[in-house]
Amino acid sequence: MSKQTITITVNGEAYTEEVEPRMLLVHFIREKINLTGTHIGCDSTSCGACTILMDGKSIKSCTMFAVQANGKHLTTIEGVAQNGQYHPLQEGFKEEHGLQCGFCTPGMIMRAMELLEKNPNPTEEEIRWGISGNLCRCTGYVNIVKAVQYAAKKMEEAKQGKGALNEV
Amino acid sequence: MKCKTSPEVGGMGHSIKRKEDARFLQGKGQYTDDFKFPGMLHMKILRSPFAYAKILSIDSSAAMELEGVVAVVTGETLKEYNLHWMPTLMSDTQMVLPTDTVMYQAQEVAAVIATDPYIAADALELIEVEYDPMDPVINPHTALEADKPVLRPDKEGQTNNHIWHWETGDREATDKIFDEAEVVVKQDIYIPRIHVASIETCGCIANFDKINEHLTVHMTTQAPHAIRTVLALVAGHVGLSEEKIRVISPDIGGGFGGKVPVYPGYVIATAASVLIGKPVKWIEDRSENLQADSFARDYHMTGEIAATKDGKMKALRIKTLADHGYTDAAANPSKFPAGMFSVCTGSYEFENAFTEMDAVYTNKAPGGVAYRCSFRVTEAVHAIERMVDVLAQEVGMDPAELRLKNFIQPEQMPYKTPLGWEYDSGDYPMTFKKALDKIGYDELRKEQAEKRAKGEFMGIGISTFTEIVGAGPSKDFDILGIKMFDSAEIRVHPTGKAIARFGTKSQGQGHETTYAQIIAEELGLPATHIQVEEGDTDTAPYGLGTYASRSTPTAGAAAAMAARKLRDKARKIAAYLLEVSEEDLEWEPGKFFVKGAPEKSKTIQDIAFAAYTNHPQGMEAGFEATHYYDPPNLTFPYGAYICVVDIDKGTGEIKIRRFLAIDDCGNIINPMIVEGQVHGGLTMGLAPAMYEELIYDDEGNILTGTFMDYLVPTAVETPAWETDKTITPSPHHPIGAKGIGESATVGAPPAIANAVVDALAHLGVKHVDIPVTAPKVWQILKEKGVAEA
Repeated sequence: MSKQTITITVNGEAYTEEVEPRMLLVHFIREKINLTGTHIGCDSTSCGACTILMDGKSIKSCTMFAVQANGKHLTTIEGVAQNGQYHPLQEGFKEEHGLQCGFCTPGMIMRAMELLEKNPNPTEEEIRWGISGNLCRCTGYVNIVKAVQYAAKKMEEAKQGKGALNEV
Repeated sequence: MKCKTSPEVGGMGHSIKRKEDARFLQGKGQYTDDFKFPGMLHMKILRSPFAYAKILSIDSSAAMELEGVVAVVTGETLKEYNLHWMPTLMSDTQMVLPTDTVMYQAQEVAAVIATDPYIAADALELIEVEYDPMDPVINPHTALEADKPVLRPDKEGQTNNHIWHWETGDREATDKIFDEAEVVVKQDIYIPRIHVASIETCGCIANFDKINEHLTVHMTTQAPHAIRTVLALVAGHVGLSEEKIRVISPDIGGGFGGKVPVYPGYVIATAASVLIGKPVKWIEDRSENLQADSFARDYHMTGEIAATKDGKMKALRIKTLADHGYTDAAANPSKFPAGMFSVCTGSYEFENAFTEMDAVYTNKAPGGVAYRCSFRVTEAVHAIERMVDVLAQEVGMDPAELRLKNFIQPEQMPYKTPLGWEYDSGDYPMTFKKALDKIGYDELRKEQAEKRAKGEFMGIGISTFTEIVGAGPSKDFDILGIKMFDSAEIRVHPTGKAIARFGTKSQGQGHETTYAQIIAEELGLPATHIQVEEGDTDTAPYGLGTYASRSTPTAGAAAAMAARKLRDKARKIAAYLLEVSEEDLEWEPGKFFVKGAPEKSKTIQDIAFAAYTNHPQGMEAGFEATHYYDPPNLTFPYGAYICVVDIDKGTGEIKIRRFLAIDDCGNIINPMIVEGQVHGGLTMGLAPAMYEELIYDDEGNILTGTFMDYLVPTAVETPAWETDKTITPSPHHPIGAKGIGESATVGAPPAIANAVVDALAHLGVKHVDIPVTAPKVWQILKEKGVAEA
């Protein structure tokens, strides 16, 4: 199978790699550039553990080929903390105990990031629907909802110039 | 609960944030599939399309020609080393790879080792297997009929598909009570086959170093030490000696019992690495995980209760048919083929009880014990909690009142059940009354009556269950002969910081945080200064692993006991440093001080430093302790759950309006983590109660083998759980703590099933098997003529 050369920007860094057209984006991220925070939990696009942002939109990276991401900007969990500070979502997940085994966490956070971008002040129902493409087997979702609410509040405060983020 | 330590120390009772979160939140967890080693090869498994078939031939020549393919492993390859079969935890045998027959759909048939996982997957397509399909045995109820094939002719003396018969209790005395009883109720109850479906599937990287004859296996295992010993016992003849085997269980993306067994994939990858001398990685797909890894439940039960007309329960009988698949690979302690099912008398006082169980072979994947079942307690609790409601309906009593009438009373603790368990502690009426008050039970019943009058369907379901966790005392409990103790090893450094290692293995339960809290409680060392490690068999003390909520009861106890050994030594060092006798010293968390002169004191950090720099002559230098804890009994946490449902007449849809769970697990190490365990456990109670089931058709095809139709609940289906607690410590446990991880999964399904039956009870509905789905309920409404068009 002839390979193609692609360039994908991930967390601000450009990666140029030769890949087969059939290589899934999630494998590109995990195997080619060694960002193993993005996980694989199923083979039917159901679990969302592989969720990342592509040009700001949350996608399941198991259901896209790497070549389709040529020229795109991706954000993975590794690129979420900025300048040694947690993103409000990371802080929220820790403070509200929104993770246990940690396997769904990266995808859950990436999905919630777009959710809060589009809807900065979601209701509980909107959060639950908003993360319904992401399965979690440990938390029963209650504390994930609280974590997203925590982040929403924190981000709102930050917009108003109040509150500081915790260090990583 | 009042904390003895300051928040800075973070001992028992503090909801300190988790140490493990930092790496998980930044994508820096280290799960099995994240590891890469030089020269690493990849393995993919070819699986059977048939449930039962002869293998006539396997032609792998085309696969071998594909560039990048290193080897194709078949049963014949493994047979040369006598590794084509392996023992199971239940002293049965399981195929690693078949040489002549496949026994279930999705069974491993051959494996490809290649330089790239995509190439390995390509090569699977090129292997040609010729099968001669046979009629499978799928229905366990007919598995013993004479015309059915004997599935396991390989087993000596096996003339039918019966695996074992198991009885507990006094049959004659129980029968006598039934013969004389005023009221007898009887109900068939099926608990369907389900699957843990942890979001991370199973996998391993076997890495055999030919020069040093040393094997390292990174793998998704809940019991790494036991795996090491099994590998040595099973493959010692090919040079795998226990001191040269290192099993590393890194971060695990959820276990739930699905990562206790040894799967063929692990063995094939290990054998391949030993043969090839390179690292071999095997990571299964979701559909492989659902279709071939250990299932849970699949119990067909008939329950009976004998009682008086006014609802005093007298005796319990349960007959069970267990479908184990083609081999008995249930992960039980060796003397308990039906696990702890005999805890089925529940929270109630019975004069006598008797249970008998039979297990049969069918053409399905092996398993049985998984999914937060505490060794079949899910089945036991579902049986008794459903039966109590069946009785309540029969005698015309409110199910809450019936429970209150029959509870074991707190003053009867420790209580010996008719089936032999000694419950350690519990105040069931207190906890249940708290639940009734909190949910407003009486008002709910009034609302229900009003709704019924209007033709609406509302149900209230109760589950007041007793768990049994913390296996277990060496007298009765072993895994393949190894007693079910667990262990802790604490080493305090000269600067007063510590490393502590355990024989258990977290899969998200927060051990890195909570074990540190136990040590912090005992020594007054801040939990943040205590690094906890598990899962590396070269470094951690031998333990039996984490499953069946045993970590807190066993290794948690060992942590306290090892810390107390350190405190004993600390007292001696403090007496030496302060130039007083040991009897003159008093302890408060973090320091010893002289009685009557509290200004004269030595902190635990002073003492740790002295243990290396100025230890008393004649005393061993250093500051460390180990404890292997053999529990005197199990722990018996319990709970009172109440579920309120509304049912849509038009669709049969069941909406959980409220679900209140009050749990009592004795003293609590970290309330935040306990609550998280309960939330997750409740969701894993909801799932089999309403959504999940592994369904087979008559040919043995699995119909729900992917996440497209194996319905793991999302945040939308999952209700906003309400939780609360009471605290009844375990008297025999060093810190009074009981296990909790599985309580909610054990307790929740009957609360949901009881709520649904309760909503339909006035129509004459006595029972509905889980999962209670909208189509099932709609069918009932339609039959009763009350479905809205």
